[in-house]
Amino acid sequence: MMNFIVIPILLLLALTAVTVARIRNLWAAVMFTGIYSFLGASWMLILDAPDVAFTEAAVGAGISTILMLATLSLTPRKRHQDGHLQSDDFDEKPRKKSPVWPLLVVTITGFALIYGTFDMPHFGSPEAPIQVYPDPSFISKSQHDMHGLPNVVTAVLAGYRGYDTLGETAVIFTAGIAVLLILRRAPNEGLKHADQESEVVAAANLINQADENSDGELTQEADS
Amino acid sequence: MLVEHALVATAVAILTTMTLALIRAMLGPTIFDRVLALNMFGTKTVLLICVVGFLTERTDFLDLALLYSLMNFIGMVALLRFSQFGGFGDSKDGSPVKPEAQG
Repeated sequence: MMNFIVIPILLLLALTAVTVARIRNLWAAVMFTGIYSFLGASWMLILDAPDVAFTEAAVGAGISTILMLATLSLTPRKRHQDGHLQSDDFDEKPRKKSPVWPLLVVTITGFALIYGTFDMPHFGSPEAPIQVYPDPSFISKSQHDMHGLPNVVTAVLAGYRGYDTLGETAVIFTAGIAVLLILRRAPNEGLKHADQESEVVAAANLINQADENSDGELTQEADS
Repeated sequence: MLVEHALVATAVAILTTMTLALIRAMLGPTIFDRVLALNMFGTKTVLLICVVGFLTERTDFLDLALLYSLMNFIGMVALLRFSQFGGFGDSKDGSPVKPEAQG
């Protein structure tokens, strides 16, 4: 029954993906990746995966849009005289080579991926591995795998899923380091920044002194 | 039954509006056409999630719709701030760096 929503969303997804690939304005491409994430998250929601949709909306549409814009702001580009950005500031150079070879590679990869999905169980199939749970080997092997943990639930939660979380944390940590390395300030810039801060402190002290002096004068005037 | 038909009609109308907003975002000659189209698209996504939530009688989708609108707002502020100041770096007095002062 939800097909009348799913099919338009998938069509819009395809349309957005083609636009991201074809558009020459990088700023607009970043914007379209945000739209793509929103659409993908809506689709995951209709497929009954609200947790994945939550992550996709927060990371895909929220954080990565901002990170890509921050990266875009660090890349050199031409400037207009008035200093304000124009819509053509982020245009890529026109492509010189013919796009036949990339198209061929992408098509072959796409067909390989589709071929790979033939091995997967059909969506909602009762024979899918997740439906024929509990797998008895899970229970018989858990004590050996987890070095003698007697409780199977503890082994699953703190053991198997612990490895899972360790891998995820490593991936996210690596991504965080990469983002920090890309977006950090240059060392000279940091020093300049520190100098400016000390200037600010000096200026603030001067202003404070001036305020105190004027306060004193005011009170003297009030006394007299 | 009548309510369900009304919800289906609403979903179709929202999907049509999303398509129109997407087309405007593709064509949009200036930055501000695109920003408006993106904002409208995000709002329509939120509405579509609400409608789907009521169609499938899972009103817990409304929490997700709230999150989507927050994300839409954050993304919009970031895009506009970026297009006005050309970056997210702050100068010493806390005001954003002007494009001339940067790099």
